[in-house]
Amino acid sequence: MWSFFHKLGSPPWLYAISGTILRWLLPVTVLALAGGAVWGLLFTAPDFRQGNSYRIIYIHVPAAVVALAGYYVMALAGAINLIWKMKMADVAMKAAAPVGAGLTFVALVTGAIWGKPTWGTWWVWDARITSMLILLFLYLGVVALYEAYDNKEAAGKACAVLSLVGMVNIPIIYKSVDWWYSLHQPASIKLTGDSTIDPSMLYPLLLMISAFYALFTCCLLLNMRAELVQREAKTNWVRKLALDGGRR
Amino acid sequence: MYFDDVGAVLEMSGHGGFVWTAYLITTAVVLILIIAPRRRQRRFLRQLAGELRRTRSGPNTTQEGS
Repeated sequence: MWSFFHKLGSPPWLYAISGTILRWLLPVTVLALAGGAVWGLLFTAPDFRQGNSYRIIYIHVPAAVVALAGYYVMALAGAINLIWKMKMADVAMKAAAPVGAGLTFVALVTGAIWGKPTWGTWWVWDARITSMLILLFLYLGVVALYEAYDNKEAAGKACAVLSLVGMVNIPIIYKSVDWWYSLHQPASIKLTGDSTIDPSMLYPLLLMISAFYALFTCCLLLNMRAELVQREAKTNWVRKLALDGGRR
Repeated sequence: MYFDDVGAVLEMSGHGGFVWTAYLITTAVVLILIIAPRRRQRRFLRQLAGELRRTRSGPNTTQEGS
C-alpha cells in the first residue's frame, strides 16, 4: 500500500502507468460516449411532456454530475498539496481545472439550449444555474491563477486555497433545487429511494454518466502527462523521451 | 430505432435544432479536451528535442570552426 503511494510520487512511473491506462481507457471512453449518445438520441422514446428536447439529458446531466465530482478531485488534490506538499497532487489539481471548466461549460450551454423549448427561456438567474456559473468561474479562476504566478509553488498554494474556499459552492449546487423555488427540475436519479425516471431512459443515462467519468479520468491523465514533461524537462527521462520522439 | 427515417431523426418533431446543436457543441468541447493536452505535450517535447540536439551539436561546430 505505502509503496504504491511512494510510486505515485515518482513522475516517470506515473507517466508510464498513465500511458498504459490511456491506451485502453481512451478508446473505451470514446466508444461508450458514442454508443450512449446514439442510444439516447435514436433508441429511446421521447418524454411524454418534453418531447424530443429531453434527449439533451444524456449530455447535460452527465456533464453536470462529473463537473461537480471533478471539483472534489481538484480541491482534494489541492488539500493534499497544502498538507503534505506532494508535487503530484499539485500536478493533478492543475490538470483537473481545465477539464472541469470544459464540462461545466457543456452543462451550462446544453442546459440553456434545453431551457429554450422547455421553459421558454435560455437563461434564468435561479440558484442552480447561478451556482453552476460560479463553479465555471472557480475552475477558470484556478486556471488563470496558475498562469498569473511565475513561482509554481506559490501558484499551487494560492490555487489550493481558492479551490478549498470554493468548496462552499458545491452543497449549494446540490441542494439549490430543494432549497429555493426554481424552474430547474429536482434530481431524477436517487441513490436512496426510487428514481423518477423510466428504466428505458435510465440505462443510457447511466452509461453516459459512466462515460463522462471515464472522459474526466482520461483528460485528467492527459493534462497531467503534459504538465509532467514540462516540469521535469531537465531530467534524463524527459530528455530521453523528447529525443525518442515522445513515444512511450 | 424510435424514428422512421433520417428526416425524422434530424427534425425530432421540431426539437432537432436544439438537440443537435447541444450534441455538436458537446462533441467539439470533448474533442478539444482530448486533443489540446496531447498537442501541448507533443509541441513541448519537439521543442525540447530541438534544443537538446542544438546544444549537443553546438560545441562540435565551434571546435570544427576553430
